[in-house]
Amino acid sequence: MDIKNFDIVVVGGGPAGMAAAVAAYDSGITSVAIIDREPSLGGILRQCIHNGFGLHKLGKELTGPEYAAVYETEVAKRSIMVYYETMVTSVSADKTVTATNKNGILKIKAKAVILAMGCRERSRGALNISGTRPAGIYSAGTAQKLMNCEGFAVGKTAVILGSGDIGLIMARRMSLEGAKVEAVCELMPYSGGLTRNIVQCLEDFDIPLYLSTTVAEIHGKDRIEGVTIAKVDENRNIIEETKRYIPCDTLLLSVGLIPENELTMGAGITMDNVTNGAVVDQYRQTEQSGIFACGNVLQVHDLVDYVSDEAEIAGKSAAKYVKNQLEAGNTVKTVAGNGVRYVLPQKVDIKSSEDVSLFMRVTAPFGKVRFTAKSGDTLLATAVRLKAAPGEMEKITIKAEKLREITTEITLSLEEL
Amino acid sequence: MKKQLICIICPRGCTLTAESGNGIKVSGNACPKGEKYAIDELTNPLRTVTSTVRVKNMPLTMVSVKTKDPIPKDKMAEAMKIIRATEVNAPIKIGDVIIKDVFGTDIIATKEINL
Repeated sequence: MDIKNFDIVVVGGGPAGMAAAVAAYDSGITSVAIIDREPSLGGILRQCIHNGFGLHKLGKELTGPEYAAVYETEVAKRSIMVYYETMVTSVSADKTVTATNKNGILKIKAKAVILAMGCRERSRGALNISGTRPAGIYSAGTAQKLMNCEGFAVGKTAVILGSGDIGLIMARRMSLEGAKVEAVCELMPYSGGLTRNIVQCLEDFDIPLYLSTTVAEIHGKDRIEGVTIAKVDENRNIIEETKRYIPCDTLLLSVGLIPENELTMGAGITMDNVTNGAVVDQYRQTEQSGIFACGNVLQVHDLVDYVSDEAEIAGKSAAKYVKNQLEAGNTVKTVAGNGVRYVLPQKVDIKSSEDVSLFMRVTAPFGKVRFTAKSGDTLLATAVRLKAAPGEMEKITIKAEKLREITTEITLSLEEL
Repeated sequence: MKKQLICIICPRGCTLTAESGNGIKVSGNACPKGEKYAIDELTNPLRTVTSTVRVKNMPLTMVSVKTKDPIPKDKMAEAMKIIRATEVNAPIKIGDVIIKDVFGTDIIATKEINL
């Protein structure tokens, strides 16, 4: 067995892992390794060939592979060790990372570990759709990989269930490739995707979006032949009389992402059952000291730009930890108040000398709102937005000097204006 | 004439109102890009097209491509026909011109493909 020592090990070489490794390196820790199961860095960005990446972070509009290449180049410029085609099988609380590749088993003893495994898609099994089990049912991301990386046409006539961004992007992609997308069905009364994607992916191609609608049944024996769609009531129960049949040879599922946290849980790290990621402080340190998390494994992001930002925080913090400069003693919890589904980080070190940004998602679409962060009766920060939607992550920043006034948990809530 | 638009330039997705008459007056935009988008959208709507081109000398490999600059929206289908009929050989670098002069711009590679 191969035993190695690194100061920092990053699990996952997608956008989060690359940005975390570069930030850690630039913070003075040069013994850094990235471990990835694929033959190249970039993660999911490699199959996201559409544009719209990098506007916030890099000030220019790039496609997914181009955004990944920017960070890949940065990794290559530094002497960061990259283990390709290597699967991490466990991370222990004492920061030993065990992995396997074609050479056998690899054990790395690390001083700090950064978890950046990303997320995977919810599958049909999670949805309980009745009917047969024919070919032609894909998760949207699988179809995206087959089309964009390997060059397969996944189908000619498609129905898409779920209006998350990947589903919308795939509706456009299939249309451009000459397929007919009959409908995008969304169980909720609003879309979970970015508004711009509804415009440029659906409206540009005259694809109807049916809200409060689901796929009630799948038909076909060998290949899918059609689906029965139906409206749902406010309790998301199917309304029988609204059932109608749409012939199709493909069903794409874009029904949510699940952070891939098996390694995290294996290390005994405390989880948040709303984000399905680890509980962290503003340094992105989990409750297991020296183990950090960032990117989609921590919370599902809508923009890669914010993944890179978050990963840089984790990378810098891990470097500080290795140098014994990270103190996170005096923490208070953050609480999701009115209209807020979750807040990240889940706890805040109030002794910090730096401003603290809190990220959150709202529970439903709202018009003009004011977000407030309060600790008891003390107002810490406010922010006004013209609109807020569950598909768009919001941020509010508490100034460092305000942290001194915190006595008890921080509640984030919104009021409609 | 008043028209409501959602800006697609960045993920913020501003709701724009464009009033035409004596020129086009745009409101609701958080930045100057929104104004340009609304004017283009009413006069000459443009889109960046992204797709893939088959790599001839490698199995199961596609290189991702994009129009270097946005092209007229109503030319998207025609541009796709040209892209679909194209094959290239690796190695390919990001920014390599894959197809020259498609509706006033080039189709360029967005992924590096090494042999």
